[in-house]
Amino acid sequence: MMIEAASTPALSVRDLEVTYDQFRALKGVSLDIAPRESFGLVGESGSGKSTLLRAVAGLAPVSGGAITIDGKQLGRRRDKAFYRRVQMVFQDPYGSLHPRHTVDRLLREPLDIHGVGDGESRINRALDEVGLGSGFRFRYPHQLSGGQRQRVAIARALIVEPSILLLDEPTSALDASVQAEVLNLLEQIRRDRALTFVMVSHDLAVVTHMCDRLMVMQDGAEVEQLTSAELAERRITKDYTINLLRASEGFTRRQSA
Amino acid sequence: MSAPLLDVQNLAVRFPTRTGTVEAVRGVSFTLGRERLGIVGESGSGKSQTGRAILGLTAPSAQVTADRLRFDGQDLLTISNAERRRLRGKRIAMVLQDPKYSLDPVMSIGRQIVETLRTHERVSRSEARKRALAMLEAVQIRDPERVFDLYPHEVSGGMGQRAMIAMMLIAGPELLIADEPTSALDVTVQLEILAILDSLVRDKGMGLIFVSHDLRLVSSFCDRVLVMYAGRVVEELAAKDLSQAQHPYTQGLLNCMPKIGASRHPLPVLERQAEWAR
Repeated sequence: MMIEAASTPALSVRDLEVTYDQFRALKGVSLDIAPRESFGLVGESGSGKSTLLRAVAGLAPVSGGAITIDGKQLGRRRDKAFYRRVQMVFQDPYGSLHPRHTVDRLLREPLDIHGVGDGESRINRALDEVGLGSGFRFRYPHQLSGGQRQRVAIARALIVEPSILLLDEPTSALDASVQAEVLNLLEQIRRDRALTFVMVSHDLAVVTHMCDRLMVMQDGAEVEQLTSAELAERRITKDYTINLLRASEGFTRRQSA
Repeated sequence: MSAPLLDVQNLAVRFPTRTGTVEAVRGVSFTLGRERLGIVGESGSGKSQTGRAILGLTAPSAQVTADRLRFDGQDLLTISNAERRRLRGKRIAMVLQDPKYSLDPVMSIGRQIVETLRTHERVSRSEARKRALAMLEAVQIRDPERVFDLYPHEVSGGMGQRAMIAMMLIAGPELLIADEPTSALDVTVQLEILAILDSLVRDKGMGLIFVSHDLRLVSSFCDRVLVMYAGRVVEELAAKDLSQAQHPYTQGLLNCMPKIGASRHPLPVLERQAEWAR
């Protein structure tokens, strides 16, 4: 579903630069994402796709360019309202949940930070929404499977009612059957809550399944932007994207002997 | 047909824990010739423990039993640890998932390869160096002299995995067990590594066991695939017949992966049946 360009983008990035010491991790990247759109960032390791996402979240040192949320440009320091609007789900559910906090405490923390009342019922509702149920409230992360942990991480992001969700490889640490469940959950949530998604993945099939449009990245810069339909129909202009697509189709034995 | 390279009958691996015994592998049987066999399953299916049991790398607390576990006529269940060590690295080798963890971080790549070779063969230092450089070239490292002196943290993941493969193949093993050898790598690098493995396995006539969670990748690479679920082989099929898989688990696993160009919302999910685990 494409939204006409007239509306204010939910997220707009202009000539964004990220530099770590001498290394330019992001070399002037620009993109616009409409409200309720689902946008994918694809590329190999070192392409800058995660850096771009982290820069939006305020987790990478921005050295140039501008990030705009709903028409408002972000300053060097993000305010609290920003973190309520924009939430992130990380790749590794084994690393992103505090090992000595119960699920209840993990979900309560963002509520306390943002001064949201009514904790009890919000926590129960969030757990129901991600398909876990309140029976999981007083468990520790080590008592959960990888898929269940990722559901907790999604619940933690949703509990402050953001409008933009940043997803950094949300299913690449999960088994294929669990991945399908989590992807379905994310789609369901996006529909129910009218969210904007920005999703990073190395897996072209996952991104075309989840996103309307995507940007292929290489060496900290854009290769091209295209819609998922164009990718599926192979209406691609750049060799790099063609190679990536071919590689994702599996191994082909070279004909010899 | 000659005797198989590897003969596994009713292999079981059990881990005694405080809360009872965990049966990681429950009666796996297969034979392997000089071919490429894939073992596919999700986490906890027992695929890695099967590979480790063959190599004798199961944790000491576990019990490994089998009706038969023979490599080239030798009974792997009764041989001594010393004999095991002589086999390991020399005749049976293993490539692990992530070169970041499986290479020694404080030893240069060249020295690690030379060490492997000199453990198993009596060769002079200069001869060992020459062979290590030749091996690095065989895994398509363009500048072997330079890479020889590098440490694992100085190379990329793809380069590290090439070095790992070079180290595993230098003693000329007859059986190679590759446990998720490309899962930590980018797709394009993954294919390069697989092409190298493929040509080396073919040229040297090795047997290969390719352990992976990726059913489609494995079936595009191997001759035959075993699908494991809850410690058992639920289905064995020729890789080219993957689309005709009979077992509902295999079908479900194939079905639940997103495909480019197929619009399926929501994705079909796997409905696990209790009887698959029996």
